[in-house]
Order: sequence, then C-alpha cells, then structure tokens
Amino acid sequence: MASTIMIVGVGGQGSLLASKLLGRLLVDEGYDVKVSEVHGMSQRGGSVVTYVKFGEKVYSPVIEEGEADFIVSFEKLEAARYVRNLRKGGTVIVNTQQIDPMPVIIGKETYPEGILEEMKEKGVRVDALDALSLATEAGSAKACNIVLMGRLAHYFDIPYEKWQQAIAKCVKPAFIDINLKAFELGYCQGT
Amino acid sequence: MKELMIGNAALARGLYEAGCALISSYPGTPSTEITEEFAKNSDVYCEWAPNEKVAMETAFGASLRGKRSACCMKHVGLNVAADPLFTMSYTGVNAGMVICVADDPGMHSSQNEQDSRHYAIAAKVPMLEPSDSQEALDFAKIAYEISETFDTPVFIKMCTRVAHSQSIVTTGERVDVTKEYVKNPRKYIMAPANAIARHPFVEERTAKLTAYAEGSPLNRVEEGTGAFDFGIITSSTSYQYVKEVFGDRVSVLKLGMVNPLPVKLLQDFAAKVGKVYVIEELDPIIETHCRNIGLTVTGKEAFSLLGEFSQKTIGAALGQEPKESVSLDTKVPVRPPMMCAGCPHRGMYYVLAKNKLTVLGDIGCYTLGSMPPLNALDMTLCMGASVSGLHGYNKAGGSETEGKTVCVIGDSTFMHSGVTGLINIAYNGSNSTVIILDNSITGMTGHQQNPTTGYNIKGDPAGKVDLESLCHSVGIRSVRVVDPYDLKQCETVLKEELAKEEPSVIISRRPCVLLKYVKPKKPLFVDPEKCRGCKRCMQFGCPAISFRDGHAVVDSTLCIGCGVCAGLCPFDAFESEEK
Repeated sequence: MASTIMIVGVGGQGSLLASKLLGRLLVDEGYDVKVSEVHGMSQRGGSVVTYVKFGEKVYSPVIEEGEADFIVSFEKLEAARYVRNLRKGGTVIVNTQQIDPMPVIIGKETYPEGILEEMKEKGVRVDALDALSLATEAGSAKACNIVLMGRLAHYFDIPYEKWQQAIAKCVKPAFIDINLKAFELGYCQGT
Repeated sequence: MKELMIGNAALARGLYEAGCALISSYPGTPSTEITEEFAKNSDVYCEWAPNEKVAMETAFGASLRGKRSACCMKHVGLNVAADPLFTMSYTGVNAGMVICVADDPGMHSSQNEQDSRHYAIAAKVPMLEPSDSQEALDFAKIAYEISETFDTPVFIKMCTRVAHSQSIVTTGERVDVTKEYVKNPRKYIMAPANAIARHPFVEERTAKLTAYAEGSPLNRVEEGTGAFDFGIITSSTSYQYVKEVFGDRVSVLKLGMVNPLPVKLLQDFAAKVGKVYVIEELDPIIETHCRNIGLTVTGKEAFSLLGEFSQKTIGAALGQEPKESVSLDTKVPVRPPMMCAGCPHRGMYYVLAKNKLTVLGDIGCYTLGSMPPLNALDMTLCMGASVSGLHGYNKAGGSETEGKTVCVIGDSTFMHSGVTGLINIAYNGSNSTVIILDNSITGMTGHQQNPTTGYNIKGDPAGKVDLESLCHSVGIRSVRVVDPYDLKQCETVLKEELAKEEPSVIISRRPCVLLKYVKPKKPLFVDPEKCRGCKRCMQFGCPAISFRDGHAVVDSTLCIGCGVCAGLCPFDAFESEEK
C-alpha cells in the first residue's frame, strides 16, 4: 500500500513548491513516487489539488475518496472541500487562513463557520495552525507552504536533516534561510 | 540517472535522446511543457509557432530536410493542424517525425473533450499512448523508429493525468540522426496523379503496422493470479487505475499502441480469460475494434463516455466496495478560477458589462470574464471564432446588432487565427468592432511568448508584429489603442467606435500583471470611515476586495495597487496609505 498525501489550497499559494519538496525528499529516500497536479488554472485563484503517493510501487497518480493518509490544506475552506478524500483515521493539517472565494466576495454565499469543529465532531484528527503568522515570523508570508511542510514532517520518521537537505535543493539560495526557519516553526508548533 | 519528471518533461527528454533536432508548437494545456522542456536544450532548435497548422508544417519541413522533428499541441489544436496531417500520411517522412497531442478528459482546461484517437484512425497514422513518465520517454524513441521504418508520421497521445503526473524516469544519452534529402516528386508532391499512386502505400502500411502491433513490446499481456473470472484490455492512465484496484490478481492486456490495433493478440487474450472488460477513457475506440474482430466485450455499458476515470470509478463498476470516507453537512461554496487582482482584462470587461453589450468571446484567460459578477460574455467556441462569429452575427443582425455587439480576443489568439476573421470583416464589410485584449503574453497556458511580444521561446529578442499596422493593412481604417485601467477612456473610445458606420479595432493594451517586469504598486486600503458599504466596488469582481462587517476590505497580499477600484468608489474610500 502506498502512503498518500493531498496538498490542497488556492491557486497562487505555493503548492507547487511543497509538492516539489516532497517529491525530491521521497525519491532521495528510495521510494517509488508519483506526484500529480493539474496545471493551467494554478495561478488563477481557483481551488488546486496535488496528490503525492509513495511506497514500494505506486500505480494510480490520483487519490480518491477515503484514501488520503494526510490532507495538508493551505486554507480552511479547501480542507472542508476535500475532507471526503481522507481515509478513516487520517489527519488534516490546516492553515487557519481564510480566503474568500468569488461567490462569497460578491455576497451570493457566506463563508461557512465552524468547519474545523465539524470535522473534529466527525472523528477527523485536525491539526490547525496559523501558518501565515508563522511564515511572517520566519521572514516571508509566502513561506506558508514550508511552514505546513514542517508540520507534516513532524508526523514522519524521516530524519530532520533530510528535510533540510531537500529544502536546500528546492529553493533559490537567497531564500534557503527563510524557508529553513519557516520549516522549523511549523515542525515545532504545538509540540 | 533517476529523476522525478512530469510526463511532458519525460516525453521532451525522450524526443531529445532520440535525436529530435526541431520542435515547433503552439501552447495548449496539457501539452505546453513538452515544448518548454525541450527548449531548455542548447543543441536543438525549438519555437512557438503562430498556430498548430504552422507548427506541424514546420516540423514536416525539417523531416523532409533530413532531421528528426516534432510538433506538440492540445487535442483541439489537432483540429487546426488536421489539414497537413491527412496528406502527410500519404507523403510519409524522410527523417522521423512525431506529433505529440495531449487530450484533456475531464476538461480541466479545455472547451471540449474530443478523443484524438479518432484522428489517428481517420488519417491512418500510428499512435502510441504512454501510461506514465518512463513510457513517455521510451515511446518517443520507439516512435521515431516506427516513423522511419514504416515511412509515416507517428502520434504520441498524452492525457492530462499522464502529461502532468510526475513519476520516476531513467534518462539516457542522445543519438544523432541525419537523413539525406533526395528530390522525389512522386512521394512529396501530392498532386492527384501522385496521391492516387500513393494511397495504396498507405493501406499497405496500415497492414504492416497491424502485423507489427501483434508482436510489439508496446502491447503486453500481464498474466493475473486468476482471482477473477475476467480479463481487462486497457491503455494509458486507465491501466494505472486498473493496477491500483486489482494489482496482479487479474489478467491485463495493456496496449501501448492504440492505432492500428492488433487482431490476433486481442483474440488470443479473450480466448484465454473468458469475459473481457475494455477500459478506456472517452470514446469506445478499442471496444469497437474488439467487436469488429468478433469479440464479445463489455465497455461503455459499464464505464462512462465522460470525463476522467480513477481507481474509484473502475473499482465501483467492477463490484469493489467503496472506501469509508467523511462527509460534512457544511455547504462549501465553489472556488472557481478567476481573473487575477489587477488583471488588465477586468477594466475592459467592466465597461462592456456596464454598457450591456453583446460580447462574443474567445479562448484564453479572458474567457473568465464570463464568470460572475461581470458575466460579460455571450459566446466562446474556439480559437479565433469571436472575430469571424461577430462578422456573421452582424451580417445577420444588421442595424439591430451593429453598434451593440463587440468581440474580444487576446493577442496570441488573434495571431493564431483571429486575423483571418478580421480580414473577412474588412473584405466583406461588416460594421463590426473587434477588441484585442493585448496583455503582451500568452497568459492562460503560463506565459509563452508569441509573435506580438517581440521575444522568442528562449526569451531572446525576435520579430514583432505591430498590431496597429497589421489591422490597418488588412483594411481597417479605425484602429484605436486604450489603457484598460482607464475606464473613462475605454468607455469613450468604445462608444465612438460603435457609433461609426465602418469596421474598427480597439486594442486594449496593458501587460499581464503576473509578468516579472510588471512591478506591483503598494496595495490600497479602505478607509472604514468613508466606506458606506454600497458594494459598488464588489461588482468589479476583484479577488483582492471582500466585504466584512459592513465595509469593503482589501487583501494586501493580493492587491497590486492598480487603483481601478478607487476610481469606481463614489466616496473616495480607497486610499494608497493605511491610516
């Protein structure tokens, strides 16, 4: 059985870097890996999804309902949108940031309250953090993606240095320090 | 070396390793990265052509001259390139030629869900269909061998999931292939006498390729453990879903070559496994072939003609229990893609919507102008159809529609196939107003250069089409340029041009805000003392503006300070500095 991680968010939030980091790390760890995302709308503020699967052998690149070990959500509403893909006993790591979609912006619908509470009531393990503040503390609001990767890393047995090395390979030299800091803040959050 | 690559990058690598010396393409999701990745090699020639027909003919020219070549496009691009395709099947090639076409089941970024395999059958051209990145790389090399052995262009058909999924590939070394060009009018001049003589060659070639398909390693049987009383014939990404559901518990005939299809291989497989399911996305191509050769199979009765498959849809159709999942009672609002904060298209759309004009649209980011709150579009069909459609609309509508109808088309789309429609407007004289939304880039597909930008695929300075001169020279006398951030100017010029009794062009010009050279200004802020909550700014549909506690607020991480909203506010509530 392959391990499965879904990264969900809003186009432009940096999910591509997060999946690149995971791909790099997992290939280096010797796994068979598949990473799947749909390009084209990624910079247009739409809902975006990336599937990351790894194990001895991976066939399907997509993660279906009830299959994800982890959902890493860059935005609260997107966690709710994709929670059906979580397997029983799976974990949702969620940035508490709220980004209004267009139907909310133009007043046709309201941004739902109590999403995380409902998930918890339904037995979902919810690990919520204010990644935007932590990223800002690390030096850039754009490092939200790496804060969340830090949080995800804390659930895996892969050594901390391996993650650091993968970050160094995936980001531009000028941004390595900010991203390492962001990773650390996510990793240590709440522990 | 082992690397994680998307299918498109692996295909580009395969083409490169096979000695491909030239690629000419037009961008289109999900095919764009093949060409972009290939262009990163310094020892090859690579270009964006104005459209797919030009791209395919350019690749053909390179093959004729003796260099292995390729062209890449999305499924609908193949419609544009269909003219050279059908006759290239007759001429065949000199050096090998590969046509990469990427289908988009599920229409993640497309206007239809057509199945490119029909073209392979109709044009009698072989088609290979990889199911992951390693196969994309390997099949590129095999495609060139087939191309030169059988004297034919060869398709490699991708789909969104294969094109955009990363999997591990092992790369190799590049080979160099050059063929001599020998003048051969009977092969390369497809005038009737020569084409009549050439058609039998095409039919014989198909027979030879069918024989090749019987024993080719492209098509393989994977024996199952016999846990089920059926076997599965499949290809492409459906193969991966089948393996995800059944692993090695069921026998699978995996087809890597989908045209022409084998006969005996299929019959032997069916005889061995008993009941046969054919699992293929979109149309029943393999299924129909199976029936034509006398097999009894189950296909589209069980598996949809629509959209993408997955392990879930295939498992459900074959009696597998669904996985347990969580569902929330909370209603989750949709989050459709939209034009970015500061997008220059938005200003022009606001003016069009305000004036309640009928707007015929085209293909690009600006198709998003059809979404609420602007709802600014009436029609979107295909590349270039806005301009030619407007001509027909006004010829049919006469004074009832002239002056109340416009079309919008992007700079790249105008170059692709809008200019021919404009020539028709000028030549056959309709009183039409064409708006070119010139954002100086091909936007939706992720920023590719085009003939109007002045740069080539490598980012080097290149020839630049002057849109104003082009419009003048085809016979449009009235050509105006406006800044879409200046709503007053846009409205004034629009009214003037619509009032004229002649065709006209308005070029709405401002570069895409996502371009690196466009430096954002400081974000704006709303002064809550001044904001009366009238929501006029909300009707502009900027994603950086939302409404909280009775006031508009600006998201400073999204706002690029274009300031158009400030001009809309009757109470001057938008300010450039926070108080």
